[in-house]
Amino acid sequence: MYGKGLRPLSIATVAMLAISLSLVFFYAPLDGDQGFVQKIFYVHVPLAVVALFGFMAGGVFAILHLRSNDSKWDAYSYVSIHIAVIFGVAVLITGAIWAKASWGHWWVWDEPTLVSFLIVFLLYATYYPFRYAIEDRDRQARYASVFAVTAGAFVPLNFMAVRMAESLVHPRTFATAEGGMPGEMMLTFLCMLAAVALLFTTLVKFELTAKSASGQVKRLRRALDAPVSGGSSRIAPEVS
Amino acid sequence: MTSSRTAFAAILGKDLRAELRTLQSLPAMALFAITAFIIFRFGLDRTSLSGSLAAGVLWATLLFAAVLGINRLFVSEREEGGFDAIRLAPIDRSVLFGAKVAALLVYLIALELVTVPIFAIFFLGDAGGLFPLIAVLLLADFGLAATGTLISSMAVNSRARDLLVPLVLLPLSVPLMIAATGATDPLLAVGGPSYDRFGTWLMVLGLYDLIFGLVGYAVFDFLLED
Repeated sequence: MYGKGLRPLSIATVAMLAISLSLVFFYAPLDGDQGFVQKIFYVHVPLAVVALFGFMAGGVFAILHLRSNDSKWDAYSYVSIHIAVIFGVAVLITGAIWAKASWGHWWVWDEPTLVSFLIVFLLYATYYPFRYAIEDRDRQARYASVFAVTAGAFVPLNFMAVRMAESLVHPRTFATAEGGMPGEMMLTFLCMLAAVALLFTTLVKFELTAKSASGQVKRLRRALDAPVSGGSSRIAPEVS
Repeated sequence: MTSSRTAFAAILGKDLRAELRTLQSLPAMALFAITAFIIFRFGLDRTSLSGSLAAGVLWATLLFAAVLGINRLFVSEREEGGFDAIRLAPIDRSVLFGAKVAALLVYLIALELVTVPIFAIFFLGDAGGLFPLIAVLLLADFGLAATGTLISSMAVNSRARDLLVPLVLLPLSVPLMIAATGATDPLLAVGGPSYDRFGTWLMVLGLYDLIFGLVGYAVFDFLLED
């Protein structure tokens, strides 16, 4: 049931990514200060926005799971956070590359958005060991949801605190960039954002489909009284 | 149905009595903190601290000492069947959350009553900043107690009990530490305390307390279901 519409969605994602990337390289103007390096912005920022959205979505699905006690929502929450953590690795790597290219250092502490993102990423990285450590399946799902809700509340608070810890002299690069961004850059950015969001949705759907299929296989094996081979999904929730 | 206040007082009283009789957490926390001060003294090679360095040493030490107590907060509930008793009792489950937050708050205040004066004797030339520091300590303690209770109650039911609390609590307490050190830094500055952005940081601490107090209260019920 999760596989429905996966093919058109995948095709749309690939098409959108191709269009947006060609906009990035052939349409968007070169940045006056930073030149070609600035183009990593079109990958870095949409990935960060979508990853944060994925963390928030994980929290919302967790609330739905706690309210309805339906394991489907737990699977949604788990998969959203999973893909968002993977995107998060990409955000930190592209962020470091951008920092090296434009400021000369791999890591700068006076960029509050990047620092906040690292802290949020570290918190969500503990989602796996946390889930691993709880054996009972129902309890695991409930605790993971409680974690996702707590971490969801943490994200905006953390961004606020890190932003305030900065001395106020540093200009906000993104705010100024967005304020004075030419139309072509804005259009490219929005296309890229849509493409990355589609990529996220497709990956979430793929993982849900895979989990649902392996869950079904396991159930059928059990029905046939055959030994279940491989404990593949020890942490991952089962999808019916 | 027993009133929530009676249940709250009973659980809190039980916890404090058990701690007084066994002394499982508090002496260890205090010893850990004092030893950590000594390690900082040699690690930083400083005999006196001020400003942000003092704030950092104080809060890092208090946070890690708190983790020791948080680790053990629900151990007796799990090992002696306290969770089952609470589930059987005709009381609101969130009372357990409130009572445990209060117990942890008492531990942290007791810890600070011992370690903060020692910190001042060891490192501070001028103790004028300690009085306004009380407000920062209390607000940060409450936030730490709320998140600590929430994480501890989950970690205690897992295989990796002692590992999970520091793992999850440390990133979760980063905003709290930012605000607490931000407020403490000018208080311990050379040449007497100043109140640079003091109110703002207290507000951030209050916001953290409010958010995680409410989140903990709202989700705690789900942790006791079985």
